[in-house]
This record gives sequence, C-alpha cells and structure tokens, in this order.
Amino acid sequence: MNDKKIIIAGLLVFIAIILFPFWYGLLKAAPAPELKLTEKAKAAKECVRPTEYMKAEHMQLLDEWRHSVVRNAKRVYVNQSGKEFNISLSNTCLDCHSNKADFCDKCHNYASVDPYCWDCHIDNPKEKK
Amino acid sequence: MKSSRRRFLQIAGISALGLGAKPVYDAFAKEEHGDKPEIQILKNDKALIAKQWAMVIDTRKLESTEALDPIINACHKIHNVPTKLEDKRHEVKWIWEEGYHHAFPGKANRFLDEKVENTPFLVLCNHCENPPCCRACPTGATFKRESDGIVLMDFHRCIGCRFCMAACPFGSRSFNFRDPRPFIEETNKEFPTRMKGVVEKCNFCAERLAIGKMPACVEASNGAIAFGDLYDPESEVRKLLKTNYTIRRKQGLGTEPSVYYIV
Repeated sequence: MNDKKIIIAGLLVFIAIILFPFWYGLLKAAPAPELKLTEKAKAAKECVRPTEYMKAEHMQLLDEWRHSVVRNAKRVYVNQSGKEFNISLSNTCLDCHSNKADFCDKCHNYASVDPYCWDCHIDNPKEKK
Repeated sequence: MKSSRRRFLQIAGISALGLGAKPVYDAFAKEEHGDKPEIQILKNDKALIAKQWAMVIDTRKLESTEALDPIINACHKIHNVPTKLEDKRHEVKWIWEEGYHHAFPGKANRFLDEKVENTPFLVLCNHCENPPCCRACPTGATFKRESDGIVLMDFHRCIGCRFCMAACPFGSRSFNFRDPRPFIEETNKEFPTRMKGVVEKCNFCAERLAIGKMPACVEASNGAIAFGDLYDPESEVRKLLKTNYTIRRKQGLGTEPSVYYIV
C-alpha cells in the first residue's frame, strides 16, 4: 500500500481524461440555434401537431407519412383538432417552412445530422425563379 | 394459526403481484377513456380506386411518332424524368416508343404487314399481376400494392442493386447512373426528383389517382388510351377488351401484364 498516493493521482488524471468531452463541452458548448419562422408559418400559429411534439418527433411523423402515402395510398392527415392536411413533405411542410437554410439546416447542423430528404424532395415548391 | 416461512412468502408474493398490477390496470383504463379526438390518416374522398388498374392502348389511333410524343412528354414532364441525358446508356425512361419486333418478340413473324412493321408502339411498365421485379427486390423497395395492384417504388428504400432491372422482362426500369437533377428539362416542383443510385419506373400515376385524376398519358392521348379496373366488368377497359382483339407483351412468361394493346 505504499503506492496509494500515486494510484489515486493516476486515477484522478485518468478520470479527467475520460470525462474530457463533458467538461470541454461545458466550457465551450455552442448555444442552441434559434429558429426563424416564415411569415406564413407564424400566421398559421400551430403546425400539424404541437410545436414541442414537432421539435422532438418530426422525423417519426415524416416516417409515418411516407409509409402511409407510398404503401397505403392514404394522403390525408387529420390532427387532434380535426384539421386536415395533405400528406406531403414538399407541398405541405416545406410550403410553410420555405426557409430551409434558417429552419431545417440550422438545427440539423447543430445536432450534426445530415438527412438526405432534399436529394429528391424539392425544398421550396412555390419559390419563383 | 401458526405462520410458517412458506405461508409468509406466499402472502408476500400475492401482495406484490396485486400492487404491481394496479398501475398497469390504471394505464389501460386511461387509454380506453381518453377523450382526445383521435389522429387519423385517411384516403382522399376523390381518390380513384380499383382492384387492379389496367390500361388498353389503341395503337390504331397512335400510328406515328408525332402522335406518341405529346403523351411521352406529358409523363416525363410531370414526373421530373431526366430527358437531357445524352449518353444512351444512362437514359431514364418511364414511357417510350418501341418497334413491334422489340415490343412483341414472340409474336413477330418473319414477314409482317407494313402497317404493323412501321407502327411505333407505346411501352411502359406493365404493372404485372405477378411481378418478377418485386420478387427480386431484396429490400422491399418495390412492391405490388395490395389496394390497387400498382407495382410501386419506395425510392427511400432502394439501394440500387438493380436486381429488379435484371428481373423485369420488359426493360421498364431505369437506373440513375448520375444525379438526375441537372438533366431535367423543366422541374415540376410538386413532384420529387430521384437521386443518383436508385432505380425508377412508371408508377401508373399513383399520385394523380390519389386525388381523382386519370394518369397523365391517358389524359394526353385524346382517347387512344383507356384506363380502368380490370376486375370491374363494367369498366372502360373491360368493355374494350370484350369488343376488340388485344395482345400483351411476352404473355408466355406468365407475369400477367396489365397493359393491353389493340392492334
């Protein structure tokens, strides 16, 4: 037990290194991005589902939508307040959220995710060239 | 009553079960009596429905390339088909023209009458009732839709293995060897494009049928193409099949194509 001091000091250094991402992040974490809404989205007030749900679960919703359109040919979504929506990423979602750079990309970049939706889906269907 | 260790454990076990069951029961009870209106996913009221969509092409009304071009263009335009690809090996086709010898190889005599010899035939995906492409697909990206018999693609799932292209006896499938976006003449913004590395083909205008419209080629054909339910004896296609002699492509292979030709 003569090496007690060395072992404890070594352990502390080891733990500090292992936890590097955490304490480094605490000092330098980038602030969460603030989303800009288009005028149209602001006027609509609520998305197809409440904002909190959309923030956390929009990918699951889109997955469900894709399945229902492609596999079951069902294209009308009725939300909790009974409002009907045409199920379409380009023609419904991105019609309101036509500011891809300020809306989609900001958060996706922050979370370091790279969805490939826009390889096929056109990002701003009503934009005039 | 003398309480033994065994008796104590029995009572303790049953009590634990009872206590554990209560929250589960509550959760179920809550779900049943939830008074929130339910979220629903429905079909459009105007959607056209059929057991098996089928097409009858009257080639007597489409005798020249000039007659076929507007039909082909209508389809390629609304589906963002890249038509500016110059390399023939990269070509993407949904609907195109073919000579009789290529369209109906089993039925071509050595000496054909001139009319048939010179008529261009409109060919597209046959939406077979027994589609070999769907059996070949390892990911389920292409499938025969139960509700209306359309052979559809889920581009999200396509991994670009091209087994379906090898399996299709009609050459109805095209592979995107390049990013198609720069080669689309005029983009229809309401319909997605495809990406490099996926297979694509005619979808019988599933997106138009869903909102009550006839397929684009049928609309552009001025009545030369009929479209309807193969299993409805009163449908337009069945009436035409009853009164005209029709042929199908490579019928001997047993894929049961749903596109019929009046010659």
